[in-house]
Amino acid sequence: MAVGKEIRGKIKSVKNTQKITRAMEMVAASKMRKAQERMQATRPYAEKMRNVIGHLAYAHPEYKHPYLKERDAKRVGFIIISTDRGLCGGLNTNLFKAAVRALRESRDGGLEIEVATIGNKAEQFFKRIKANLVGHIGHLGDAPKITDLIGTVKIMLDAYNEGRIDRLYLVHNDFVSTMTQAPRTLQLLPIQPVEDESLKHHWDYLYEPEAKDVLDELLMRYVESLVYQGVVENLACEQAARMVAMKAASDNAGDIIDDLQLIYNKARQAAITQEISEIVSGAAAV
Amino acid sequence: MAMTMHVDIVSAEAEIFSGPATMLFAPAVMGEVGIMPRHAPLLTKIKPGEVRVLTPEGAEEFFYVSGGMLEVQPHVVTVLADTAARAKDLDEAAAQEAMQRAEQALADKHGEMDLAEAEAQLAEAVAQLRAIQNLRKKSGR
Repeated sequence: MAVGKEIRGKIKSVKNTQKITRAMEMVAASKMRKAQERMQATRPYAEKMRNVIGHLAYAHPEYKHPYLKERDAKRVGFIIISTDRGLCGGLNTNLFKAAVRALRESRDGGLEIEVATIGNKAEQFFKRIKANLVGHIGHLGDAPKITDLIGTVKIMLDAYNEGRIDRLYLVHNDFVSTMTQAPRTLQLLPIQPVEDESLKHHWDYLYEPEAKDVLDELLMRYVESLVYQGVVENLACEQAARMVAMKAASDNAGDIIDDLQLIYNKARQAAITQEISEIVSGAAAV
Repeated sequence: MAMTMHVDIVSAEAEIFSGPATMLFAPAVMGEVGIMPRHAPLLTKIKPGEVRVLTPEGAEEFFYVSGGMLEVQPHVVTVLADTAARAKDLDEAAAQEAMQRAEQALADKHGEMDLAEAEAQLAEAVAQLRAIQNLRKKSGR
């Protein structure tokens, strides 16, 4: 009986799609766990650095490093972190919306903008809207290395050192929970001072070689580590968002299969009923 | 019991070591430094090389760092390493290879790599090799 061959074909194809989305969901779930661990692992470094910088700011009130000095903003830089791949729900879209809003605010304030992107999706997007793209790195994979980022960050730091930009922001996704990821704009430069009462006692480091050299290196690393943290956090967001998106896709595929199955069963039943009534009426006519 | 200080060795990617120590040696830019508890506060850059930690049990732990910062406070020492992997994880062959590449680049000044970069690579490869050899000697292989 060849009833509903198309429907059966359709069901099979949706089932195949569901298999793929379910597999992607599971892969994303396991990658998310790893990404979260990596996120935890980056925290001590940044924390230690923040402490040292806090000490420095208090120990050296007379010496202001350019990275710590506020200046009038004429040009601003943005580092935008996105994912490399799609299929992660509205993650990138929400991020770009937030980024564009921040860019527009700056532009309305009469500021010129430079953008560096990390992740292929951001590059595509900001190329399309014709932003002033000055640096890019993509294809970072699941275990990004800080060495991969140094080049891109350096472009922005150099721009800041040369006075081409007066402020630097980082836009990335904040991992709130598995279900929630929120775009966040963070000011990288000038570095926001850490307010900590416990640091207000008087002593100073011995510096080798010079206070300035040491500070330079330290602050550069600090900014790099913040960007790295952003990248790692964004990665965790990507996997979480993909997991949720793929779960929704699997569920939707299940609903479609149920509906199609119902239609198929009805069609089959109708065909059987029709056949019986044909036989019965045929027998009655004899 | 000997006086101890708390040592943290962290890189941007992971925490590498955290625990008490009686002494720590690190390759600072101005020369190797040995830090004992109650050292004056010090902040210095470190070169590629090995960081040695003497634990209260008398054991000696090696860590290879490819540069970074050293922060010393009387009872807390923090090594902010650029990329620090456990010395035993290092691949001697890879280090040697990198050294050869660097030497080759040094010999060939017309190469793509500029001299400063090559020299830095050479210094790093030599330091890595030394860390491995020290480790070998200690484990008696």
